[in-house]
Amino acid sequence: MNEQKQIEIEADRILRLFSNSGAKIVQPTILQQADTLLDLYGEDIRARAYVTSDPFNGEMMLRPDFTVPIVKTHMNDLSENETARYAYCGKVFRRQEKNSDRASEYLQVGYEIFDRKDVIQSDADAFCKIKSALSDLSLKVATGDIGILMAAVSGLKTTDRRKKSLLRHIWRPKRFKTILEKFTDEVALSTKRFDNFDAEKSFENQAKKIGLRSKSEIIERIESLRQDSKASPISKTELGLINSLLNIGDKCPQALTKLKNLLPDMPALQSAIEKFEKRLTALDHANVDLSSIDFEASYGRTSMEYYDGFVFGFYSESYADLPPIATGGRYDALTKHIGKGREIPAVGGVVRPDLIVKSKGFETND
Amino acid sequence: MIKLGVPSKGRLMEETFSWFDSRGVHLKRTDSKREYAGYVKGIQGIELLLLSASEIPTELNEGRIHFGVTGSDLVCEKVPNWGQNLEAIKYLGFGFADLVLSVPKFWIDVDTLDDLDSAAEAFREKHGFRLRIATKYHYLAREFLKSAGVADYQLVDSQGATEGTVKNETAEAIADITSTGETLKANHLKILDDGLIHSSEATLFKSKSAFFSEEQTAAASTFLTLILGD
Repeated sequence: MNEQKQIEIEADRILRLFSNSGAKIVQPTILQQADTLLDLYGEDIRARAYVTSDPFNGEMMLRPDFTVPIVKTHMNDLSENETARYAYCGKVFRRQEKNSDRASEYLQVGYEIFDRKDVIQSDADAFCKIKSALSDLSLKVATGDIGILMAAVSGLKTTDRRKKSLLRHIWRPKRFKTILEKFTDEVALSTKRFDNFDAEKSFENQAKKIGLRSKSEIIERIESLRQDSKASPISKTELGLINSLLNIGDKCPQALTKLKNLLPDMPALQSAIEKFEKRLTALDHANVDLSSIDFEASYGRTSMEYYDGFVFGFYSESYADLPPIATGGRYDALTKHIGKGREIPAVGGVVRPDLIVKSKGFETND
Repeated sequence: MIKLGVPSKGRLMEETFSWFDSRGVHLKRTDSKREYAGYVKGIQGIELLLLSASEIPTELNEGRIHFGVTGSDLVCEKVPNWGQNLEAIKYLGFGFADLVLSVPKFWIDVDTLDDLDSAAEAFREKHGFRLRIATKYHYLAREFLKSAGVADYQLVDSQGATEGTVKNETAEAIADITSTGETLKANHLKILDDGLIHSSEATLFKSKSAFFSEEQTAAASTFLTLILGD
């Protein structure tokens, strides 16, 4: 049987598995309005998606994922309290600027849960549903929880301005590290260059005002920088704690212990760790072997920036270069952003049937 | 014959011609100044192609020409991972220009990428859209901003007169080529302290994907010995 046929059979099997459990099958269009995606992801998505134009609808994209169109439809068509489960199967399109060996179009089969009632149970359901689609493969499983990191940042003894900057860059680890270090450094925080700042005089010497950004916006930023520089730097102790948190990587039960060990010094983690523990219990009840599952505190930070809670990925054990065979996570913030004020907790995941076939081929050849 | 692509107009063409001239390879345009055709004297087996400087990178990448002269900025922009199919044979010592990120001089609170990132955050909150950076160097600008961790911006395409986009309020900042900085100054813009994206120089490239017959390999080697000396 040729590979294409095998991939289709896998895709069918998984979609049926998802829909048999009561999920509604949806089929978003391939051409998606670019503005929502661009507003959400910025230039990163332009580098990764095919952009084209429509004479009437403006800039369009070949759908780079299903999550955004599904959230859009859900938020537009249903009341925000409505619970729903969706399943889908279709191609997504990804430009590959760096690595021409990676596929630029491939099938995704996915499962999404919109449910306000029991988010922990929904996390476990989404994970188990994706896992059930992969049951006959031997895979390495990695998980994370962006919510724990967010709680740690929110708990820092520092200004709201600095916390906001850090939260904004959670998905850019390098930048996060740079600004965290800057916030612990008295010299870097200094606003000496604005010492002689006088709102009126300072502008007189400068070139004329051009562009949309106004004088008052500039003054506002300078004032807030000066205000912020008066607060003491984040302590080295807190910096050390954040780093030890970020370095946690272990099997789930051991990771839980390590997280709990941080609690006395980081009380802000309390509720996030409780959630994590409850999720482990829910997974355990669903017969997931927790001792085989990795937890990495930094996992999911370099993926597209909308996962803001539980995140997971399944990787081939025998074929290390293969991209993850399945990925997923919680994206509450995405429904809020697209819902423009309305929101509903949501979690889901996708499977790549092409990689299942590839990985199976590798296992049998082995 | 091996194909040599050089820029078809302007100072880049003139300087390329004189660089080769002083090394015994005489590139000539046909007498009609309007016709994009030329020939080579002083060496056998080389065919001269006058091309748009911005098309030379693609021609080299596709292997349709064997050698080409163009700015390194254009190669880096048009051919991601250019080292796969192109080899930089010689930096020619002219055509210097920097691709830089500039903002209004009037932004007295913004001198670095760090400032730009934080200004972009406030700008998006206030105006409801991402801070716009006008450029024709989308790939280089995006990679640069990404590695600096700048968020809340968007690139808008500008194929010319990019320095004017801020005044026209179609962009808040620009990423564009400058050699002296005079045009930026005249348009009330300043370069960020750490805003150097790429230092460009006219460069002779060899295509690794072009087919070289035995005869062409010999011609190429004579050509390189002549122009590079020892």
